[in-house]
Amino acid sequence: MTKQSAATEALTAPHTLSYTYKRSLGAVMSGFFTALRDRRLLGVKRRDGKVLFPAREYDPDTSEAIDELVEVGPMGVVRSWAWVAKPRRQQPLARPFAYALVQLDGADTPFLHVVDAGSEAKMATGMCVRARWADETKGAIDDFVFEPA
Amino acid sequence: MREVAVVGFTQSPSVRREPDRNEIEILIPVIQALREQTGLSSKDFDFICSGSSDYLAGQSFAFVSGLDAVGAWPPVCESHVEMDGAWALYEAWVKIQMGYADTALVYGFGKPSMGDLPLTMALQLDPYTMMPLWPDAISIAGLQARHCLDAGLLRAEDMAAAAVRDRANAKNNPNAQVKGDFSVQQILAEPFLVNPLRKSDCAPISDGASAIVLAAGDRAKQLSDRPAWIRGIEHICEPMDLGIRDLGRSRSSEIAARKAGVSNDKIDVAELSAPFTHQEILVERALGLSQKTKVNPSGGALAGNPLMAVGLSRIGECATRIWSGEADRAVAHATSGPCLQQNLVCVLEGN
Amino acid sequence: MSPSEAEKTNQPVTVLACPISLDYAYSAGQSASRFLRAIAEGKLLGQRCPVDGRVYFPSRGACPMHGVTFGDDAVELSDKGTIVTFSIVRVPSQNIALPLPYITVNVLLDGADTILIHVLDAKLEDVHMGMRVQAVWKPKEEWTTSTANILYFRPIDEPDAKYESYKEHI
Repeated sequence: MTKQSAATEALTAPHTLSYTYKRSLGAVMSGFFTALRDRRLLGVKRRDGKVLFPAREYDPDTSEAIDELVEVGPMGVVRSWAWVAKPRRQQPLARPFAYALVQLDGADTPFLHVVDAGSEAKMATGMCVRARWADETKGAIDDFVFEPA
Repeated sequence: MREVAVVGFTQSPSVRREPDRNEIEILIPVIQALREQTGLSSKDFDFICSGSSDYLAGQSFAFVSGLDAVGAWPPVCESHVEMDGAWALYEAWVKIQMGYADTALVYGFGKPSMGDLPLTMALQLDPYTMMPLWPDAISIAGLQARHCLDAGLLRAEDMAAAAVRDRANAKNNPNAQVKGDFSVQQILAEPFLVNPLRKSDCAPISDGASAIVLAAGDRAKQLSDRPAWIRGIEHICEPMDLGIRDLGRSRSSEIAARKAGVSNDKIDVAELSAPFTHQEILVERALGLSQKTKVNPSGGALAGNPLMAVGLSRIGECATRIWSGEADRAVAHATSGPCLQQNLVCVLEGN
Repeated sequence: MSPSEAEKTNQPVTVLACPISLDYAYSAGQSASRFLRAIAEGKLLGQRCPVDGRVYFPSRGACPMHGVTFGDDAVELSDKGTIVTFSIVRVPSQNIALPLPYITVNVLLDGADTILIHVLDAKLEDVHMGMRVQAVWKPKEEWTTSTANILYFRPIDEPDAKYESYKEHI
C-alpha cells in the first residue's frame, strides 16, 4: 500500500438527512392500508388458497397477480423474535420491545412487526399476541403493535 | 465464454472509524496501489465499475466523487451499482464476456462510521410494510438466528465457534479489524446485544475500500504469472418478505453455488462475507464445503466488514491465494439484503 | 374507541407517507477540512495537479482528470475573479443572500483553473461575461469554517478580462 502522509484532524459536523417520501399504493396495497386505517387486518389469498400477510400484488412463488383480500387476525403467534433493549429515536416504541415474526390467525406466513411485551422475560417463541390499535389510525403499518394475549 | 481472471487486488485496512479521511481519501491510496501492483494506468482500463451506497455517505450522488480517485479524463466507460463491489465485478465480468472490454477496474468503498449503520440498513427493506417500523439490521438478523436456534439447526456454541475461528485466522491478516485468540466460553459469557445475538456474533462496523483488476485471456497472462481465472460466477436473489422465505437455510446461496460449479472439484479456500455468525454457518452449508476447505483464512467479514467492499475483498482474498500457489481452486461469497436475501458466488482457479 | 380523523373521511388510502430521517456525524476529510479551516481565516485555498499544474478550487483531494492525489501542498488564491458565465434567477431558493431576481455566476478566481458557482450583487443589465468581480465577505468576527463566509460577489472597477483568458471554462 502506498504510504500516506499523516492525516490531520478532520472537521466534523452533525448532519441529519431527511426525505419526505410519499408512495403511491396501487389497488391491492390501497385496500390493505385502507383496512389498517379502519382497524382491520387484510391478507391476500393465493391461487392455492394460502393467505399472505401483508397483502402483496403477486404470488411470490408463481408471480401470478393476486388481489383477493381476506380478513385475518387480530390474534397471532410469535414465530421468532429479537429483543431491542435500547430503542433508537426512529423506532416505533421508546421503551424496550421486540421485533418479531408474527403469524396471524388465518395467515399462512409470518411477517415482521413489533411486540410491546414490557420485558424480555415475557417473550417466547410460540406465544400468542393480539393487535393493539393506535388511538389515531392513519392507514400505515405502524397503526398497531402486538401485545401478549 | 471468454476466460476472465483477477490479476490485481488492493485493499485498505478495515478500521472501526477512519476519523480523518473521507470516503474518497480512503479510496485514493487503494487505487494508487493497484496501479503500482499491475503497472496499469487509468487509461488502460476499458471499463470501470464501482459499488457504494449514498446512504452511508449521507449525501446523494456521493458515488460520483469516487471517480476522482480514478481520473476520468479523457472520458471513461463507467458504471456504478448501489451494492457491494462484488456485484460491480459481476457487471464488469459481463461487459468483458460481451466483448466490450478486455480489462476492467472494479472498486468498492464505504464509510459507515459516519452514521448509525444498523439503522441505515433498514432503508433496504420494503418501504411500505417493513421500513416504517425501522427494524435495525441486528434485530433483523436476530430473528433469523432465533429461528435457526429454535429449529435446532444450530447451537449458540456453533455461532461462537465461527467467531473464534475467524478471529484466530485474522491474526495473519494485517488488514483485519477484529482478531486474536478467543474461546467459545468467553463469547457465550458476553451479554446479548440484541437477544439472541451477542456482539461477537456480529461483524464489526468498518470503514474501508478495495479494488480489483479483471483481464481477459492473453491480457491476463501478460499481467500475471498465475492469473486467478473466474470459472463460475452467479448471483441469486430471494423475495424481500422474511415470512415467505426459509430462514433456516440459504437457498439462493445453494443455487448460486450450483450454477457457479462449486461442487465440480475440490475447494482449497473459501472466503465468506456473511456478517453474522449464524449466517456464516448457513452459507458454509449452502456451499457444501468439505472439511478439506480452509474457510476464511483472512478472517472473513466477521473480522473486517467494510460495507460495499467486503464482498469484493473476498474475491480478492481468494485470488491472492491462487496467485501465490497456496490454493488451486477457491470460492468467494458476497451477500446483500436482509437475512442473506441475495448471494453471489464466484469460483476461481489457478489452472 | 372513537373513529380517527382519517377514518371519518371514509376515503380509500391511496398514498403512504414514508418520511426518513438519519443522523450522521459528517466528516469533511483532509482536503475539505484544510479548505474550510483556511476560509475561516479569510483565505481561499486550492490545490495544484502534479500532472498538468491546473489549480483546483475547492479541491477534493485528487485530480478528477488524472486520478492522482494532490498531497498536502495548497495554493492560496485571490478573492478576485472573472465572470465566465451567468444566469438571472427569478424563482425563490433557500440560503441566498440576495432578493429576487438575482444573478448566479460562474467565477474563475485569479489563479484557479476551476470555476466557483456563486451569486452576484449587481444590476441585471450590467452583468456580462468577462466582468471582473470580488468576493464580499461577512464581517470578520462572523467567520466560521464555512463557505457562507462569502456573502456574494460584486463588480470591481477593472477592465474586462479577455475572452481567451477564460474561454475554456465556459
